[in-house]
Amino acid sequence: MLWYDYIKKTGKVPEWPYKVEYGKEKVVESDVLVIGGGVAGCRAAIEAARRGASVAVAERGSVKRGGQGGAGVDHWHGAVTNPCSKVTPEMYTQAFIESSKGYTNPSARYIIAKEGWDTLRECEDMGVQIRDEDDIFKGAPFRDEETKLLFAYDYESRNCIRIFGHNIKPVLHKTMLELGVSIYNRVCITSLLTEGGKRGARVIGATGVNTRTGEFCVFKAKAVVISTGRVGRLFNFSPEVNQFSSMLDMNLSGQGFSIGWRAGAEFLMMESVGVRGASENNYVPYSTGNCSNTYFGTPIVDSEGREVPYLKTDGSRVGEYGEIFEPEKPEEGGFYIGVGVGLHQPIAKKYRLPDIDPDIPNKIARGEYKLPLYADFTKMPELERRALFGLMIGNEGKTRVPIYRNYTRWGFDPDKDMLLCPPGEPMNFRGSCWWSGGGKGVLNSMSILGSGYLTDWRLQTTVEGLFVAGGQPVNGSGCHGEAQTTGRYAGRQAAKYSRTAHHAEPDPSQLEAEKERCYAPVRAEGGIGWKELNSAIVRIMEDYCSQHRSENVLKLGIKRMRELMANEGSRAYASNPHELGRLIECFGLADVGEMIMEASLARRGSNSALSFYRTDYPNLDEPEWDCFISIKLGENEAETSKLPLDYYVREPYAPTLQENYSLYGAFDA
Amino acid sequence: MIYSVPNPPSPCKILEFDPEKCTGCNICVETCPLDVMLPNPEKGREPLVLYTEECWACGGCAEECPNDALTLIAPTKQRISAIWIRKSTGEEFRVGMAKVPEPNTRPPLGNRR
Ligand SMILES: Cc1cc2nc3c(=O)[nH]c(=O)nc-3n(C[C@H](O)[C@H](O)[C@H](O)COP(=O)(O)OP(=O)(O)OC[C@H]3O[C@@H](n4cnc5c(N)ncnc54)[C@H](O)[C@@H]3O)c2cc1C
Ligand code: SF4
Ligand code: SF4
Repeated sequence: MLWYDYIKKTGKVPEWPYKVEYGKEKVVESDVLVIGGGVAGCRAAIEAARRGASVAVAERGSVKRGGQGGAGVDHWHGAVTNPCSKVTPEMYTQAFIESSKGYTNPSARYIIAKEGWDTLRECEDMGVQIRDEDDIFKGAPFRDEETKLLFAYDYESRNCIRIFGHNIKPVLHKTMLELGVSIYNRVCITSLLTEGGKRGARVIGATGVNTRTGEFCVFKAKAVVISTGRVGRLFNFSPEVNQFSSMLDMNLSGQGFSIGWRAGAEFLMMESVGVRGASENNYVPYSTGNCSNTYFGTPIVDSEGREVPYLKTDGSRVGEYGEIFEPEKPEEGGFYIGVGVGLHQPIAKKYRLPDIDPDIPNKIARGEYKLPLYADFTKMPELERRALFGLMIGNEGKTRVPIYRNYTRWGFDPDKDMLLCPPGEPMNFRGSCWWSGGGKGVLNSMSILGSGYLTDWRLQTTVEGLFVAGGQPVNGSGCHGEAQTTGRYAGRQAAKYSRTAHHAEPDPSQLEAEKERCYAPVRAEGGIGWKELNSAIVRIMEDYCSQHRSENVLKLGIKRMRELMANEGSRAYASNPHELGRLIECFGLADVGEMIMEASLARRGSNSALSFYRTDYPNLDEPEWDCFISIKLGENEAETSKLPLDYYVREPYAPTLQENYSLYGAFDA
Repeated sequence: MIYSVPNPPSPCKILEFDPEKCTGCNICVETCPLDVMLPNPEKGREPLVLYTEECWACGGCAEECPNDALTLIAPTKQRISAIWIRKSTGEEFRVGMAKVPEPNTRPPLGNRR
């Protein structure tokens, strides 16, 4: 029953159902603390526990179904060492370097490529179905008859695997419980504890607030892994209309960046914010017709039955239907790099597949295609259709229930039906982009992409004892393969580190100051609430940190942000522990906003790979600025420096990917 | 009695409970990563949906409900245009239609429940 209906009926406002004890301390001690129990965090916890460490997981929501990956998974990228793959870890890493013009994280990419298949195989052991055990797809061009593996997108090179992963989180959750991992749900981590309370010193734990009870949690640990996923709520914030179609839930708010920033860790690519395709303000992904990502390969027809062709990268039409799934130049080492792997667009041609006619908007405007368009599943070969709707939509995040279950209950049958692509503006049909989410979203939504912690080959940050996984390292969190593999790897590293590290007592003044900061809002009166504060932060970002930036505007933006937080921010109220959690996240969002604006200030050159434009430095791609900008919080101010794009194979590291992986990663693997 | 209430907090009604089937076990409340629901003050009754606008449609609550008492219903502004058309007859359908057509009973693929 809606709360609204309840008060309308009873005239009574229900009491907060949980016992509230603001500030009451709860102390937890473990070898390894994992912050964020998404898929990356769960894998880190499982791996560390298997290696004998005692592990605590602090999760903002609830581990069993929480996080971006909480609702399921249907395709797994980067499993390049699977027995059928024609791609090597070196090729895979190189594809990312080329496609992103170097603005990626090759060490993490290489780790993912080396260990992705093993990570997936362990999912199978834990209880996720990764093969066509029931022989439903016998004879399909995307099936390997011997291993019964099913491949997605690129049927030639076979490095992305279709899986039946709707139960991924329940399975990981169960394994964690079996291994004795202690799980603390509904705990929003608010800060990292450092030795002696000093910024930049070794990380020795974290603090958190329970968002049901208001309790103050103090986690003491020898090693900490941050795996809090990506950053939302910084642009385009209006959950009343957007949240249902969002790709990020509200718990993904950048708190995981803010805590590391305050602890003195270095970050890269924070300036990487731009207008991107996004699903906000539209439809639940895949609820309407389109041909992108999971719906890749769906035939599109116009209202008079005219088929919209898929074109190769040279503009020629694909012949047979199956050619859609073929990379164009396999002999030159070309293969499809994947969808949703957190890359800047457009990616190098060598690593693309054919795509729907990019000229649709003009053709619609000229009347060549008549709206509405439809996704005509009936035109697909039977097994392709089964794989797409029965397997992928039936198992992927946010589609199993809102699409598969609901649509079929109302009679939808892909064997017989076409799905409408809501008409709107011709521009909405740019590329194969998410038409179900595209529309207005594509045109006006900014988002942060690829930013993250600077890590070494152990996935340790620049602060000792602090490891990161999933969406936290640079260019992280585009997919399960990446998140789970880096999680497993970081867990292994953290467990090893914790064997020689000692427990340190938190600095009492650091704890006191954090408590004061966190609980001020429950005593505040007359200020504004978290939503108003969140919206104001977003306003600043949209006004002062849009696609085209300049020094004077960015400086005004930083000034506004500080002003906002010193005034309205410091007096904002929280009426209950839930609002308190959301408000503390706003404090973190303001930090992330500042990090972005500071990094943008430091990059004094426009950059096409990052879609980064400075109106006061309009020259594109000056060699002097073909580098990373590293940023950290110094004594009081942001400190920035340049870092070469190939830092991961320079001193102190070895000169090749292979050597570094053997040196740092491959211990008792 | 007519009470002074705020405007509905979100234009999206997201969850529908079947009071006949719901036992008030609160499994859905515990599952939800966003704490969208709270236990009903009246024991044994369906939960209260408090933070409507935080629901991001993951479907976890509906999946975990042991009694199939919970439907995750998309906002009307989405349903109204999320339409499919039967090729053979030209008929149009959508979730939430008054006239519920014959359901398609084919389950999603995968042999783990
Ligand atoms: C609809 C949808 C479909 C997708 N389909 C696929 C697919 O088929 N294949 C694929 O490869 N990828 C897919 N992805 C992407 C994939 O789900 C993500 O890349 C992956 O889940 C990221 O994992 P993560 O662990 O880094 O982050 P998340 O899974 O988002 O986990 C982060 C966790 O940290 C918690 N947290 C955040 N802040 C705090 C804090 N301050 N304190 C404590 N905890 C905190 C969050 O609550 C969350 O549980 C999909 C994503 C979506 C949204
Ligand atoms: S669909 Fe997900 S977010 Fe929405 S109420 Fe259910 S569990 Fe919560
Ligand atoms: S899980 Fe199902 S039965 Fe239990 S309270 Fe929720 S809707 Fe009711």
